[in-house]
Amino acid sequence: MSEQRVHFYQVGSFAVGNRLLSADDRTVQSSPHRTNSIDSGHRACQGCGEALGARYALDAAMRATNGQLLAVNATGCLEVFSTPYPETSWRIPWLHSLFGNAPAVATGVAAAMRVKGRSDVRVVGQAGDGGTVDIGFGTLSGMFERNDDVLFICYDNEGYMNTGVQRSAATPPAARTATTDVVGAEPGNSFGQGKDLPRIAMAHDIPYVATATVADLHDLERKVERAMSFRGARYLHVFVPCPLGWGSATNETIHLARLAKETGLFPVFEAEHGVVTNVSRIRRLAPVEEYLKLQRRYAHLFGAKGRPDIVARLQAIADANIARYGLAPERDELDNREDA
Amino acid sequence: MLRQLEGSKAIAETVALCRPEVVCAYPISPQTHIIEAIGVKVKEGSLAPCEYINVESEFAAMSVSIGASAAGARAYTATASQGLLFMIEAVYNAAGLGLPIVMTLANRAIGAPINIWNDHSDAMAVRDSGWIQLFAETNQEAADLHVQAFRLAEELSVPVMVCMDGFILTHAVEGVDLMDQATVDRFLPAYEPRQVLDPEDPVSIGAMVGPEAFEEVRYLAHLRQLDALDYIPVIAEEFTALTGRPSGGLIHPYRTEDADTIVVALGSVLGTIKDAVDHLRDNGERVGVLGITSFRPFPIEAVRSALANASRVIVVEKAFSLGMGGVLATDVSMATLGSSAVLNTVIAGLGGRPIAQHSIEAMIARAIRGELESLTFLDLDEGIIERERARMARTRRSGPFAENVLRDLRQNREDRS
Repeated sequence: MSEQRVHFYQVGSFAVGNRLLSADDRTVQSSPHRTNSIDSGHRACQGCGEALGARYALDAAMRATNGQLLAVNATGCLEVFSTPYPETSWRIPWLHSLFGNAPAVATGVAAAMRVKGRSDVRVVGQAGDGGTVDIGFGTLSGMFERNDDVLFICYDNEGYMNTGVQRSAATPPAARTATTDVVGAEPGNSFGQGKDLPRIAMAHDIPYVATATVADLHDLERKVERAMSFRGARYLHVFVPCPLGWGSATNETIHLARLAKETGLFPVFEAEHGVVTNVSRIRRLAPVEEYLKLQRRYAHLFGAKGRPDIVARLQAIADANIARYGLAPERDELDNREDA
Repeated sequence: MLRQLEGSKAIAETVALCRPEVVCAYPISPQTHIIEAIGVKVKEGSLAPCEYINVESEFAAMSVSIGASAAGARAYTATASQGLLFMIEAVYNAAGLGLPIVMTLANRAIGAPINIWNDHSDAMAVRDSGWIQLFAETNQEAADLHVQAFRLAEELSVPVMVCMDGFILTHAVEGVDLMDQATVDRFLPAYEPRQVLDPEDPVSIGAMVGPEAFEEVRYLAHLRQLDALDYIPVIAEEFTALTGRPSGGLIHPYRTEDADTIVVALGSVLGTIKDAVDHLRDNGERVGVLGITSFRPFPIEAVRSALANASRVIVVEKAFSLGMGGVLATDVSMATLGSSAVLNTVIAGLGGRPIAQHSIEAMIARAIRGELESLTFLDLDEGIIERERARMARTRRSGPFAENVLRDLRQNREDRS
């Protein structure tokens, strides 16, 4: 067998191209047999993190279920950009009912499958952060509590982007939205407890909870497949940057998702039955400024009239996450960085 | 077989015979006995295959029903009053999507002031939602209407609400002839959905529809309601042939042929009105009753011909539109358009206020004498109203008016004793 030399161009992403991997380790998305669950031609903005996340998550779920998948969608960007009548991007069975009821609708679909003796057909519910942490929270908690056989995926872009960038309970402190403008003594969103849905999901002791970002699509796909190996309620919280809402360049979506993880602002982990089983440790620890400065929603924190005090509070949130989940880089990674 | 049964129990037994596949409910009085009894059946396995889902709200109950129905399962739920309002977004959605869910509405007043007793405010709040709304006069009819409701819903792909008076019917024990399984199966075939989530044949359900097609989509839904006007009598006739019972249909006229005065109403109060009419007939008055079974779709032609020879129409209703008047009366007025009949609206039985036969008889007598106001509130305590109005005129901070009325009532009682 002849040996083929491959050049691996490290571009600071830590990503490994599929062609460098064995066939088994390649992404579903790299396969010509992928479903294209959400097909091209939809109306998402350039650089939309949600469209990317949904594409990977659903195609992975399709492979994991052998194509026996039904999807339920909450109202929101994903619903609107994928089904402008009379067109649809969905190549899988897809149902949209309302903004706040996707988890309950998914419960109903799963119940129908049980009654019909179709335990091979699995159900995915999807919503943005508004449909998950705010208006859909009651039905989501009910679905978790009953342990219904549904994988619910939240594509978190930290605000109501479909309606014009308003604050949700997932909007981070200090971020500018249309309803948390950069005026007054506390410009942008106020500091509060926030609503950390992955932890709330864990408190329901459901079989599987995981977070992921669109910067690591191998990891996202793996978590979808892992989720599909459980029966009962499962929750996947995917961090999906929104160029429109965040005021970021459309080519920075992946970079921002990576920085959210590498700063500690968005902890990436897995939990089973309420216990954290795996964390994605930070490879190269980045200060929050590196992440914040790429987004106009934080522009008021920088420049001549900047607010280093607020940046410090955001850094404290990242530091607390790092401590809570043990996200600090491995020692040798730190050494490597210091050598460089 | 005729059995002495609580209304709720009769409904539960009948729904069970309809072989529901997903039953979902959130408890609210006076619907609870229905869903409790079905819950027992599912849990003991006698309804298998059937899933019973205890949800965290009525909004979830209707949403689970939507998911189950869209995935091809026969879905049933029940609610009342505040519960119906809490699920109203999903109620509209189920109709908009054309999902044949059947729901019992144990009619109850809507607060504030909070009140658990019967009236029709809840049903009227969703009359424009696109659901078929059938009103039962007796527990027998309520039970029978459920069997017809599943057939109707699934044939037309429209959700159907069976309205039965809370407590007055749901908690009343009376003789009900329950159907047997073979008869129900003969009448109600297995659910064959027009649209279904199916991995082998993927469709998108619930797409966004813009101005270019919204009107057409809504008009098609309206046409399905008009189709129901044709179909409801057909299945009622078939049902009668099978059971010998005249349950269902669009309207129930009673002694209207030669009647000068016809009283129109919905639900269980028809029994009282019929007794009143019988009594008045004994005294030589030519009065009749028109019960409306199908409130939505509203059988405007059937009502028109039933009222064609009447010179006076009195609509008795257990709900009203504040600042306007009768809700049912407005619909009836469309049926009497162009006729010379005088139309009276009588609001009665709000929040469980008993509608007494003697009050109905006195009211009809006043109407015949031409002394009835066009909008009348039956048995209204004018003194209490005047007292509170005077209090409000006297003081700016007159306080919560419902509580004032209760205090005044107690004062009246103490003054009398």
